[in-house]
Amino acid sequence: MANETAIEFVEVFKSFEAQPVLKGLDLWIPRSEITTILGPSGCGKSVTLKHMIGIERADEGKVVVAGYDMARIRRSELIALRKRIGVLFQSSALFDSMTVKENVAFGLRMHTRMSEEEIAERVHVCLDAVRLAGTEARMPVELSGGMRKRAALARAIAMEPDFILYDEPTTGLDPNTSSVVGDYILKLQSELNVTSVVVTHDMPLARRVSDRVALLYDGKAVVQGAMEDVEAANNEFFELFVQGKLG
Amino acid sequence: MGRLLVFLGGQLAAFFIQVFQMFCYGVQCVTEMRHLYLYRHQIIGQCYTVGVGSLPLVCLISAFSGMAIAIQTAYQMEAYVPDYMVGALMVRSVILVLSPILLGLVLAGRVGAGVASELGTMKVSEQVDALTSMAVDPVGYLMLPRIIAGAIMVPILVIYSFLVANICGFGMSMIKMAITPTELVKGMKLYFEMYDVFVGLVKSVVYGSLLTFMGSYMGLCTAGGAQGVGRAATAAVVISSALVLILDYFLTHALLY
Repeated sequence: MANETAIEFVEVFKSFEAQPVLKGLDLWIPRSEITTILGPSGCGKSVTLKHMIGIERADEGKVVVAGYDMARIRRSELIALRKRIGVLFQSSALFDSMTVKENVAFGLRMHTRMSEEEIAERVHVCLDAVRLAGTEARMPVELSGGMRKRAALARAIAMEPDFILYDEPTTGLDPNTSSVVGDYILKLQSELNVTSVVVTHDMPLARRVSDRVALLYDGKAVVQGAMEDVEAANNEFFELFVQGKLG
Repeated sequence: MGRLLVFLGGQLAAFFIQVFQMFCYGVQCVTEMRHLYLYRHQIIGQCYTVGVGSLPLVCLISAFSGMAIAIQTAYQMEAYVPDYMVGALMVRSVILVLSPILLGLVLAGRVGAGVASELGTMKVSEQVDALTSMAVDPVGYLMLPRIIAGAIMVPILVIYSFLVANICGFGMSMIKMAITPTELVKGMKLYFEMYDVFVGLVKSVVYGSLLTFMGSYMGLCTAGGAQGVGRAATAAVVISSALVLILDYFLTHALLY
């Protein structure tokens, strides 16, 4: 299974109101590994992630996810594909009118025929996996930032996805909570054997969890490969990024 | 001159793009109606928010408007027409004009702005993207239930408003202008037509759908954080209110002449 292509970007261009964000991005993400997309703020990391779930469409080039060309994918195929993808958004994006339980159960209620008992059991398992059991009845606003991230993670894994996409999972968290989030990324990877994509500019997190990394700069992947290879390559852009001088 | 033309051209193009985008959202809503059963809980919840939530406000404005219209009708007519005509004119004004338009405008503020700011906040906090990423169509899940709730609950509120406004106007006519109940009822019976109620209800279905559609559309198109949410809410109220008044002319013309 290793080294099979899960997601691929070929010469992808994307602009917003004549402002180019992606300028010929080539990116390869293998199946069942953790790939981290690094880059300074505003380099197009989150936009890249949104292309993977079809929220954004490339102006030019090709985005292939699980074998589907995202420019030609049919609506029914896109819906089926999205059910296989769990996303942890930068702002957690928990539905604030719902309890934690309703948030985690949302996908199950919309897409499965599970009974309420089965849903409750699955919600409990997911919340337990992120050590949030007992918070089912609480509203998102009653949770701390770290707890909200974990609740969002529980929601992302509830449908047992094949892909988990993490958009800046440690932004706004203290170092301890960031470390806990890193633990969960590794734990979920080993337990679920999913393809994980982590978008971040948090270098300690990247070093800890990544099998592969890609560094985005000026709308392109300036370097990508196995974490240890990239670190050993003495790439100019990567060195500058690590020193906090890129961008 | 050239710059002005370019500016006007740009504005015109932006306007037509907006109209086309609204049309696309409308079509998507119609397409999503086949999944209506899936959204049943949202529809019921929105019916409660739009209908029950607006009841105290509707009660208040209908009561005072009914009383005001009774005094105004009596003031304008007392020298020229018999007392029972006050009842007749009051009922027809309330049913044809006052309740549908006033409620349309008030609910554009309460419901339209509420929907735009709620969905706008969801948009800027990535909750709409979260819905999309979970294979749930935001137009079907967020917009359609609100439009259906508007189309169902605004006519019910209008009927409620008919009753409250007429009862309060009736009471005011008796207390302040010493018109007897017999005279008022006689006038009401003489000129009451069921078709007028039908016209009032048709208008309210249109306004109810319109103001929830505009609120949802503005909310889902929000960009730019808290300021964007404010802009979306303002735009929803202003455009809905203007359209209620413009459509009132066309509907009145089409249904009464």
